Amino acid sequence: MTLKEVKDILSAEVISGDHDLGKEIKCAFAAELLSDVLALAQQGALLITGFTNSQVVYAADLANLCAILFIRGKKPNEETKRLATQKKLPLLTTPFMMFEACGILYEYGLKTCAIEMENGKDGK
Amino acid sequence: MERTENNILFHRIFPIEGGDFTNAGSTSDQIKKILKEAGFSNTLIRRICIAAFEAEMNVICYASKGTLSLYIARSFLKIVVNDEGKGIRDINLAMSEGYSTADEKIRELGFGAGMGLPNIRKNADEMVLTSQFNQGTHLEFTVYLDRQEAALPFE
Repeated sequence: MTLKEVKDILSAEVISGDHDLGKEIKCAFAAELLSDVLALAQQGALLITGFTNSQVVYAADLANLCAILFIRGKKPNEETKRLATQKKLPLLTTPFMMFEACGILYEYGLKTCAIEMENGKDGK
Repeated sequence: MERTENNILFHRIFPIEGGDFTNAGSTSDQIKKILKEAGFSNTLIRRICIAAFEAEMNVICYASKGTLSLYIARSFLKIVVNDEGKGIRDINLAMSEGYSTADEKIRELGFGAGMGLPNIRKNADEMVLTSQFNQGTHLEFTVYLDRQEAALPFE
């Protein structure tokens, strides 16, 4: 699935990184905690989150994620946008809630890519 | 003086201010840039930078001030973090997943889930953590350049 398809399926608005919509998304990871992103998300994942501070861009960039999709129509501040542009990390926002956004993408065949945990089913 | 295999090729010290949430992540970002320019693999950079980000957040969240130092040697990358601040009362407890003393402010920033130190240990080949409660913490971790692939079965 490409980022463009994610955009269309979720009626998302592109906040920055318009030219990168052809990027192939192989899996996705949803979290509100950056600690979880750093601990569990795999390289190349689409990050689905409601967290809009600039730290989300640092976390996504350091973990080599491919794009960030904000939920519930959330929009990041200028600093977050500036940083994302600098890191060439596309930002999108969808009006759907987290559960719906994940559910819809899952139905369209996008897979989870959380690293398997010892004490949970996050990787399954 | 005799040269050894592990002579430090590069060393930089970054000061970190406790409570400076606005710039949180910028030190790890600079480390990523340095390692990228030095030509290290993405997987290796990812491991050390994820651990560095967690360590940087720990100084910002729990210390009054500190330094984060990057060392590049022929056979390893090392990060050393020294801070003055709250310190850690019980290191074993701090190392267990899910244990946290974070306040609301830290949680608002998406941290404080009690995953930081365990995640540093996971990404590093070696880690040393010592602390004096109410004084400060010393953390150092190393990634060996010849062990990269074996250490990352899930990538």
